[in-house]
Amino acid sequence: MSANSETLPVFSSALATRFDALVEKYPVKRSALVPMLLYAQDEVGYLSDAVIAEVARRIGITELEVRNVATYYSMLRFKPAGKFNIQVCTNIACMLRGGYEIYERFQQELGIGPKGVTPDGLFSLEEVECIGACCWAPAIQVNYDFHDELDPDLVPGILDQYRNPIQNKGKNA
Amino acid sequence: MPRLVSHPDEVKIVSSRFGKGAANIDRYLELGGYEAVRKCLAQGPEWIIEEMKASGLRGRGGAGFSTGMKWSFVPKQSAKPKYILVNGDESEPGTCKDHLIFLHDPHSIIEGAIIAGLAVGAKMGFIYLRGEYRYLIEIMERAVADAYERGFLGKNIFGSGNEFQVITQTGAGAYEVGEESALMESLEGKRGVPRIRPPFPAVVGLYGGPTVINNAETMANVPHIIRMGAAAYAAVGTPRNGGTRLFGISGHVERPGVYELPMGYNLKKMIYEVGGGVRGGRKLKAVVPGGSSTPVLLPEEIENLGMDFDQVGKAGSMLGSGGVVVIDDRTCMVEFALRTISFYQHESCGWCIPCREGTDWLKKSLTRFHAGFGTASDIDNIQYLAENMLGRTFCPLGDAAAMPTLGFVKKFRQEFEDHLNGKPCPYAREGVPQLTVV
Amino acid sequence: MADVTFIVDGKKLTAPAGTLLIDACRKAGIEIPAFCYYPGLSLQAACRMCLVRQEKVPKLQTACTTTVAEGQIFYTSTPEIEQARKAMIELLLGNHPLDCPVCDAGGECELQDMTFKYGAGESRMVDVKRHRDEQQWSPAVFYDRPRCILCYRCIRMCGEGMDVWALGIHNRGANSVIVPNDGHQLDCEQCGMCIDVCPVGALTSGTYRYKTRPWEMSHVSTVCTHCGDGCKVTLGVRSTAEGAEIVRADNRDKSGINGDFLCAKGRFSFDFVASADRLTEPLVRNAQGKLEPATWEHAIRVAARKLKEIRDARGGSAIGVIGSNRTTNEENYLLQKFARTVLTTNNIDHARSTDYAAFARALAGTEGKTASLRDIAAASAILLVGGNPTEEHPLLAWLLRTNVRLNRAKLYVANSQPIKLDRQAKATQRLPVGSYKDLAAFLVQGESDFSKALAAEESLVVIFGEEFRGDAAENLVAWGLKRGPNPDSVRFAYLGDYANSRGAADMGLFPDLLPGYVPVTAPGAFAEYANLPATPGKSMPQMLEAAAKGELGALLVVGADTVSRSSLDSAALKNTFVVVQDLFLTETAAVADVVLPAASLYEKSGTVTNTYGDIQMVRKAADRAGVKPDFEILVRLAGAMGVDVATLVPFSKRGTTGDLGQSRGAQAGEADRHAVWLEANGLEPKLSPFDPLAVFDEIARLVPGYTVDRINLFAGNDVHTEPRATPGFVPVGAIQSPSLVVPAHDTLFTSGTLGCYSTTLRQLEEHQSKELAKAAAD
Repeated sequence: MSANSETLPVFSSALATRFDALVEKYPVKRSALVPMLLYAQDEVGYLSDAVIAEVARRIGITELEVRNVATYYSMLRFKPAGKFNIQVCTNIACMLRGGYEIYERFQQELGIGPKGVTPDGLFSLEEVECIGACCWAPAIQVNYDFHDELDPDLVPGILDQYRNPIQNKGKNA
Repeated sequence: MPRLVSHPDEVKIVSSRFGKGAANIDRYLELGGYEAVRKCLAQGPEWIIEEMKASGLRGRGGAGFSTGMKWSFVPKQSAKPKYILVNGDESEPGTCKDHLIFLHDPHSIIEGAIIAGLAVGAKMGFIYLRGEYRYLIEIMERAVADAYERGFLGKNIFGSGNEFQVITQTGAGAYEVGEESALMESLEGKRGVPRIRPPFPAVVGLYGGPTVINNAETMANVPHIIRMGAAAYAAVGTPRNGGTRLFGISGHVERPGVYELPMGYNLKKMIYEVGGGVRGGRKLKAVVPGGSSTPVLLPEEIENLGMDFDQVGKAGSMLGSGGVVVIDDRTCMVEFALRTISFYQHESCGWCIPCREGTDWLKKSLTRFHAGFGTASDIDNIQYLAENMLGRTFCPLGDAAAMPTLGFVKKFRQEFEDHLNGKPCPYAREGVPQLTVV
Repeated sequence: MADVTFIVDGKKLTAPAGTLLIDACRKAGIEIPAFCYYPGLSLQAACRMCLVRQEKVPKLQTACTTTVAEGQIFYTSTPEIEQARKAMIELLLGNHPLDCPVCDAGGECELQDMTFKYGAGESRMVDVKRHRDEQQWSPAVFYDRPRCILCYRCIRMCGEGMDVWALGIHNRGANSVIVPNDGHQLDCEQCGMCIDVCPVGALTSGTYRYKTRPWEMSHVSTVCTHCGDGCKVTLGVRSTAEGAEIVRADNRDKSGINGDFLCAKGRFSFDFVASADRLTEPLVRNAQGKLEPATWEHAIRVAARKLKEIRDARGGSAIGVIGSNRTTNEENYLLQKFARTVLTTNNIDHARSTDYAAFARALAGTEGKTASLRDIAAASAILLVGGNPTEEHPLLAWLLRTNVRLNRAKLYVANSQPIKLDRQAKATQRLPVGSYKDLAAFLVQGESDFSKALAAEESLVVIFGEEFRGDAAENLVAWGLKRGPNPDSVRFAYLGDYANSRGAADMGLFPDLLPGYVPVTAPGAFAEYANLPATPGKSMPQMLEAAAKGELGALLVVGADTVSRSSLDSAALKNTFVVVQDLFLTETAAVADVVLPAASLYEKSGTVTNTYGDIQMVRKAADRAGVKPDFEILVRLAGAMGVDVATLVPFSKRGTTGDLGQSRGAQAGEADRHAVWLEANGLEPKLSPFDPLAVFDEIARLVPGYTVDRINLFAGNDVHTEPRATPGFVPVGAIQSPSLVVPAHDTLFTSGTLGCYSTTLRQLEEHQSKELAKAAAD
């Protein structure tokens, strides 16, 4: 791990500062583990070996223990996703209102399959379990943004919004 | 942004500040916020617990345990610090009520947690939100910071000499963490695997200290109960089922949304009047009354069904988390069963054999069955598997998978038989993608 | 806890309140099946096999987490419970590959046994089972995920039991998988405990996998040949053309002080026995100066004639004898008796790994002040001074960890460097390097918190080793003995290296000490020994020095590589007639005139004494054509020298009924029962002069401290001995020359000469040094 920290910092200085505070916040240091992994993924894109090693060092546990925990949580990933990770809920409430149609439309529009990443690395697509938007189904999340009450025909517009962020600024969460 | 809905039958208590900008602390104060906690500071812990007991408030997470009782189990003296935990890991399919509380009224949860802390003598509380609710976590963190700034949280809350700290915590994608002891494990930085009980959290909980853990909606009800009085709150619901409930109506209805209705509100009315009836005027085939883990009910079973813990229990299902999922006559119940069990298979923590292997096996069988490769014995086998998971798993997740499965097989056996002998799904429609192997 | 009464299946049972129901039932003969429950490890309640019905409780309860209380009523064998168990097995088998015919565990698999007893007769599973390829995690450990039932025993054993924490679990649900700590490699102590506790064939052993079926082996319970802790080990043995080969080592019956514990050496390093480098025929140096194969008769004749010639011409003082740390007590006893009464010399020594003589002297005149391993396992407080048991005494480390973990024993560690057991310590005292000898003075001062805490302990076991020699050992013991009038106030354990280092010392492989630390100069000592020279002989360095000067006519070396160990110029022995008994052509054997191929500890019977003084039976497991036990070799040498062997080995001469095997009946092969039967019938197993137990009588009679409970010993249990040195016995050269002690400091992956010939051990060492390098590079 030292090889990495000597050459390139794993986290930005802002995130590193945030983590310094985070481990002090709880009665027990280890409570910072799950948030730390998620925030690290937000910045780095995925939980690389270097991220795992650095988190282990900061919490003071083994890398094995970090992985035991990290692999348990479905939002955490170990391979890069697209810059915008599209998570389509297909659980019952969304399914009843066309969740799979939305999912299929995204596949067509992006030309990728489940768990695929577009060649430009801009989008990735996955089917996810319930995201807590059942009454506004069908719903998706793009990274952390919710898009609800969708219709397959709204899919191209959503993609545009992320392809051209400037002209769509301020929309949707 | 989630659409807010309303209906004349609603009794707005916990949702009374929705859409009124109460995430802003000043607005919250204008709307009567933090009055309850001041009243509690004056009245003392015993009074608070008695009020909670008298209110008839039962856990809104799904199990429906009396909140007052839960709080009263916490030992007065403890060598280890006591903790308050707010369970905002809302993950039960069909459920999105806490979503709105976090969005519109985050301070009510903080206030509820402070009151719980005063009641049991805890000086620290955690508000745990599922990781997907990042924007809500940010709202919650803002609210917590504002409360600190006003001196409502900290070493000397409201100048009373009492201490109460609040930490907001994020999950990272795990339904199982909604189970109270698994949530504590997660909060301690571990895999979200439930703990052996006894000891129960009220005695040995977070970091080994006595812990009160309540659902976010439960906690948000607390200040209202204190403000309006336990008797007035209890009077809203049915006997032993005090107050209101945030019902999330989803699926095939005209006006899906989260509605606050008195406990015991008639389910049929809820679908046809509050929810505007089955979408497109179609016929009702079935309804899941309280989130995906509750057994499905048939139209004839909901005629006179009041939505409270006891009545729904008598009808052979559960009130659960109040997520009402409405299913119309074009829906394939085998597909619905498969999607339901796929979820539990995905979310099983893997700790115990019957849940880990049972959900996996059920998913495989249902996948094959729905694809038209089922045999007659599969139907009995699916029922056998679910029956043999029931009541034998380490935590309720196994039951949550087994119970609805039994409901589907028993109540829609004919639909299962219609899939036999290589027949394509009788409900397949052109242009509607079919759920295949996930 | 007070006893409570409760009812299980209508039977009234009594157990201390708080006992786990599963334990209470098992004790009462009511079987409750379980996979995840494993005594001594944390509770899981994960496998759900132990579900029982408790009256007035709505849901089924797990017997492994239910504690018994007064008046409870349980049902464990109702149709409901039987169905629950059956279904649980069906669910497990749903994803389990039914590759039992080729699975290592087949025949001794808990899942198989439970399926047979509780499972369903048919399978409902028609869907595709999950598959993952098998992984090799180290030379010793393989993992087959599909067979894994996720009982977490391996994870808990590695973490809680071994304090290694090298195994984890990744993913969740049906995707859960056990993982090693270094990606796909296991960076650990390679003890194989994970394999041992695996109830199925998910974790398999690199040395055993696909070698045999369990029922094709005979299982022989003996003692490990490696370190000084003396673990009981069960060797799985199978017939071959060469004799019998060892295919597996474990402690399957969990008997003995080590219970289920074995380290990497005990579990995997038995392959030196079958090494292609084993000597299997005697070698005699020919006229051209080359060692050439010879018959046993010829080799013995050559050796005996020459030894006799030198003794008769130049006297016993011209002959030297060097013994072994790994041969049995009977062999060591016989060797010194042979040296002293046949060769008539006190020039006898062995490669001392620690200063047992000083320990004996320090304890002279005391009784009950030595700690057996059982004492250590149950001690309420322990002071561990120096050493690193995790590496050098793995069983001791295991017992200390377990005692701290399960009994809250208090461990105090005083060491000049950090050791892994610091983690279990209540307090540690760092000592300056080289200052162990001052420890007693430091403790006497008693000003530090450390010494105050020690002083406050009512009873204490003090464990120390070769860092304390001569006076230093005596000072430390003297400090301890002053601790108080309570008979349990203090006990001592003294650490030495090899399987029978302690036995070699106890049996008098010293130039100045007879067996039992009796000075050779003591008047009337061992009076029944004919020709016993009364002056001390030469120590090992003195013998080698004499040889270099051409003053040593002959040297008999038994199971020791003196040349390599003493970094001796082999030319130094050119004027000495050298006879070597060994397993391998060691550097010493290579310069010998006669080389006699010896049996290993796994190929012979007898007793050994571990470093704590626990004597245990060694039983013959493997067999290799051409080799002979050292005991037999010595008897043959004596016979060929014209000695009446009955004076050496008191075997049946006076008409004692020798048991020729008839009485064994159906129990043939079970030596322990046989021994018990003989004892009960007033018989002695004195069948032949080659029977080592024939000499045990004499040891028990003549060697102070060795009058022990023979029935227990022969039945396979450990019995404790302690040095009963005469107070004020004059320490001679040995004790005043601490430099004679050369500790081996073997690690988890080295074991002297034997380790060099163990391919597995070398592979494990290589694997771990690679892991170490990786960790360093990180």
